[in-house]
Amino acid sequence: MNATAAQALIEPAVVVEPERAVWLAAARDLRLGLRSRAELVQALMFLVIVVSLFPLAVGPESALLKRIASGVVWVAALLSVLLTLPRLFAADFADGTLEQLVMSPYPLPLIAAGKILAHWLMSGLPLTLVAPLLGLQFGLGANELVVLVASLMLGTPILSMIGAIGAALTLGVRGGSILMALLVLPLYVPVLIFGSGAVEQSMVSIDYSANLSLLGAGLLIGALVVPFAVAAALRISLD
Amino acid sequence: MTLSATCLTLSRGPRRLFANLSFTLASGQALVLRGANGSGKTTLLRVLAGLTVADGGQLHWNGEHWTALCASQRAASLYLGHANALKDELTAAENLAESLAFDGVAIAGSLQRQSLDSMGLAQRQHLPARRLSQGQKRRVGLARLALARKPLWLLDEPTNALDAEGVALFSRVVAEHLQQGGMACIASHLPLAIAAPVHELVLGEIAA
Repeated sequence: MNATAAQALIEPAVVVEPERAVWLAAARDLRLGLRSRAELVQALMFLVIVVSLFPLAVGPESALLKRIASGVVWVAALLSVLLTLPRLFAADFADGTLEQLVMSPYPLPLIAAGKILAHWLMSGLPLTLVAPLLGLQFGLGANELVVLVASLMLGTPILSMIGAIGAALTLGVRGGSILMALLVLPLYVPVLIFGSGAVEQSMVSIDYSANLSLLGAGLLIGALVVPFAVAAALRISLD
Repeated sequence: MTLSATCLTLSRGPRRLFANLSFTLASGQALVLRGANGSGKTTLLRVLAGLTVADGGQLHWNGEHWTALCASQRAASLYLGHANALKDELTAAENLAESLAFDGVAIAGSLQRQSLDSMGLAQRQHLPARRLSQGQKRRVGLARLALARKPLWLLDEPTNALDAEGVALFSRVVAEHLQQGGMACIASHLPLAIAAPVHELVLGEIAA
């Protein structure tokens, strides 16, 4: 046996800087997402269409539309994020790359964090950027639009995080996507209440900062806890 | 380096796949798992990889106890399952680069291209993986094996879909790995012509 080569194998040339995992995983998913851009646009179109259905359904009365605007945009945002959740892990699960990610020397929670970040960049962020246009459609003023964008900016990452737990837990389950919706939607309720609540309060000139602070707090807690929960769920799903 | 399994036991529902299975694998040795379909070859490989938790028994690596998916297990082992773990959207070269990045090894692009060339993929490196044949996808996996510098290879039916030339390539890659002091566990139905000490483990149904 070649002694130096054996030595090299005992000390594999593994260069692991744990924090790189977030970047590696996010970059990989963004690259994959950009290769199938149609899917990204689809979720965004879904949002636009759902929001645009409401004026058709409830009539063009501007006072009513303005009152329901924040709720409509928020519910549509939530459903649009829900639609994109299967993309998070299902494809990796099906083609075997998820096993490889779980077995990677990089810490799984950080890989999960990277995947969630990429998911938000491709679902929550574009949706937040389109939201002012939709708000205008409902006659929201400048100040309310700013609050709407701020609430979505803080709230949609939480949607991605909670959704990631649901998606990881329902991997490989038959009828998993409906089960995931049933699991995830109730957990979305607080985000919905604080998010659309902030916009409504800004419409009647009440201080809305408490709602935004709560969303911000939720975001921070989620960022600390969710990657570990997702990692545990993925390990269970693969067993 | 040694990998030792002691008293591994695992049941799937009412079926007991293996019970009190013990073996030791040392540097330069290969273990070929044989047995009928459903006899637990894949499951045993997944236990060794840490993906599946056995009902009982322990794994030790150089005397260090391995809990499922512990850091040392993830650093030492490379598992190639039934699925090729390739992304259809990425080219063969990009797929190889991505997997090696997640294996935690930094390998120059030129070496990666050379490795793909030597696996007979010279003309196919820049095709999206969905346009590769099944055997060509397997060869991308072989290129990764050769480059990832992991001491323990866990291979599930690695020669599936490979042509005669591909099987010869595979045998060469494994022989080189063993010669360098690595070890391999290979589940396979087909006879493997590996020029190295190979042990066989036959799994079969066990009366519960």
